[in-house]
Amino acid sequence: MVENRPALTLLTHLTLVLGVVIVGFPLYVVVIASTQTAQDIVQNAPMSLWPGDSIAENYRVALWGGVLNNGGRVAPAWPMMAVSLASALMIAFGKISISLLSAFAIVFFRFRFRTACFWLIFVTLMLPIEVRIGPTYSVVAILGLLNTMTGLTVPLMASATATFLFRQFFLTVPDELVEAARIDGASPMQFFRDHLLPLSATSVAALFVIQFIYGWNQYLWPLLMTTNETMLPIVLGIKRLLTGGDAGTDWNIVMATAILAMVPPAAVVLLMQKWLVRGLVDSEK
Amino acid sequence: MGSLSFERVSKRYGQGARAVPVIAGLDAQIADGEFVVIVGPSGCGKSTLLRMVAGLEDITGGEIRIDGRVINGLEPAQRDIAMVFQNYALYPHMTVFQNMAYGLRIAGLASDEIERRVGHAARILEISELLARKPRECSGGQRQRVAMGRAIVRQPKVFLFDEPLSNLDARLRAQTRLEIRRLHAELRTTTLFVTHDQVEAMTLAERMIVMNAGAIEQIGTPESVYERPASLFVAGFIGSPPMNLLRDWAALGAGTGAATGAPLRPAALGSGVQSNVVVGVRPEDAVIVDSPPFNGLWPFAVEVIEMLGAERLIHGRVGTEAIIVRQEASRPAPRAGQQVSLHISPSKLHTFDARTGRRVEHAAPSKKT
Repeated sequence: MVENRPALTLLTHLTLVLGVVIVGFPLYVVVIASTQTAQDIVQNAPMSLWPGDSIAENYRVALWGGVLNNGGRVAPAWPMMAVSLASALMIAFGKISISLLSAFAIVFFRFRFRTACFWLIFVTLMLPIEVRIGPTYSVVAILGLLNTMTGLTVPLMASATATFLFRQFFLTVPDELVEAARIDGASPMQFFRDHLLPLSATSVAALFVIQFIYGWNQYLWPLLMTTNETMLPIVLGIKRLLTGGDAGTDWNIVMATAILAMVPPAAVVLLMQKWLVRGLVDSEK
Repeated sequence: MGSLSFERVSKRYGQGARAVPVIAGLDAQIADGEFVVIVGPSGCGKSTLLRMVAGLEDITGGEIRIDGRVINGLEPAQRDIAMVFQNYALYPHMTVFQNMAYGLRIAGLASDEIERRVGHAARILEISELLARKPRECSGGQRQRVAMGRAIVRQPKVFLFDEPLSNLDARLRAQTRLEIRRLHAELRTTTLFVTHDQVEAMTLAERMIVMNAGAIEQIGTPESVYERPASLFVAGFIGSPPMNLLRDWAALGAGTGAATGAPLRPAALGSGVQSNVVVGVRPEDAVIVDSPPFNGLWPFAVEVIEMLGAERLIHGRVGTEAIIVRQEASRPAPRAGQQVSLHISPSKLHTFDARTGRRVEHAAPSKKT
């Protein structure tokens, strides 16, 4: 906003505040609910918007598991968080390394069907996991990879988006830089390691943030292929807590688990905010 | 050290009937330690030739040798060359030191040797205090030096420069030109320098190669190229302003002959007007005489006068041909619109075959004026 009139400033701030409230209120309810007892939430309708006093108890049960006052058993969240963390990291790193290498091949090497290769990769943008879930499940099952970390992560690794992003970045690397490296005697992989990787550091960081969250939030694929408790990611764990049927849902534990599931991606975004913006906005050349 | 020879070197892009020839059968010898400038208009193939020496372009035909060793199939790093690029091509994420050391590190030199070489090159180029900086923290002139430093530390047999001064401003360019000369005097490394700027070529070269349309027009010292251009192209390309080329010589000769009694004739021509020559005269070889045209003088109609400081350029016409005359500022200036006469010594006239464009040599130099 170039203009500087008090009325306009007020209006923009009001708009922003409204936006924050719309986004923030449900989050606030989740936080509050995770501090109350199950009875408080169910008996007071609508529930109190003031923090309760069972925050420590709720998070202890959610994280480490245990038996509730009403007799319900709660599975510990931390092994599920570990599964989520491991798979999100593997997906993020896998996606980044595969995309870097394929973009490297497509941009810097002349080989037969190069353009065809690029378009094949590009076309997979239209084939996210939801579309190809049947065949993918079949392949993973035949390979005996159900309920394994490999099965959980590999089908999600190939990424046209990331390949495209790196391709666009590599195309902006001046030819002279490649030639200077050739004259300096750098082999292709040395060029990749010594020049391309450092130059794409910000893009890699930005992509890491996006792909980590993508990996962490995976729901459909783990839902389909994990039958074993030990391979359950946290997002599915939340679903498990919603028992339905006769037993009442322990909303306080559900909300506490939801908060726990939110913390790692939020932390990644907050810690890497500077890199995320830099990587998406400018490229350092 | 490093002599460089080209034998019937050719370059085509594409295959078969659709191939585009860029360089056709080029021969040249460059002695060890020589500073040779390749000059020509853009698109003449000079950069392609340099890149063929560097190994960045394939050689379609012929052989390039460094020190007698054919380098056609060698990787750039194995050719014992170093190249300075037009935009310097410094590695943006590395410090100046790392930039200069990178090639040596790849070559597997010991780190104390690397430090010694980089330190030495930095001292020569006076960039020792920049070693810890990133290229983006250096000015254009400093980056240019770093690029030269990266070439020097490799201690190559041949330096290749691809228009390295074109990104500098005029003052810095003149200064860097001198530094490159000084550097060459110190290192005596064979140097091949490509430029489209004929001033750069004249000032830097020990010998220059003038190229046009993928072929060599002339090889020689700047003096010989300037004084005896081998073709119409060289005559028009070297010199600023370029040589006046009178294409309609026959009509001009006849016309002035009628008016003045005797037309001015190039020494290279015998008697009788020949219609198949183009006659050239350098702007500084035409002298304005404040008298009516008579025997041996050309009538000259002054049109525009450009004052350049120490000298002035006088644009005008002899008959229908436009001519530029360069005159020292201390001499009396004609006025625009004035009719004066030009005195041109016949020995200063260059003649070229109008059909082939090649120089017609003075068969029997005439001493008469």
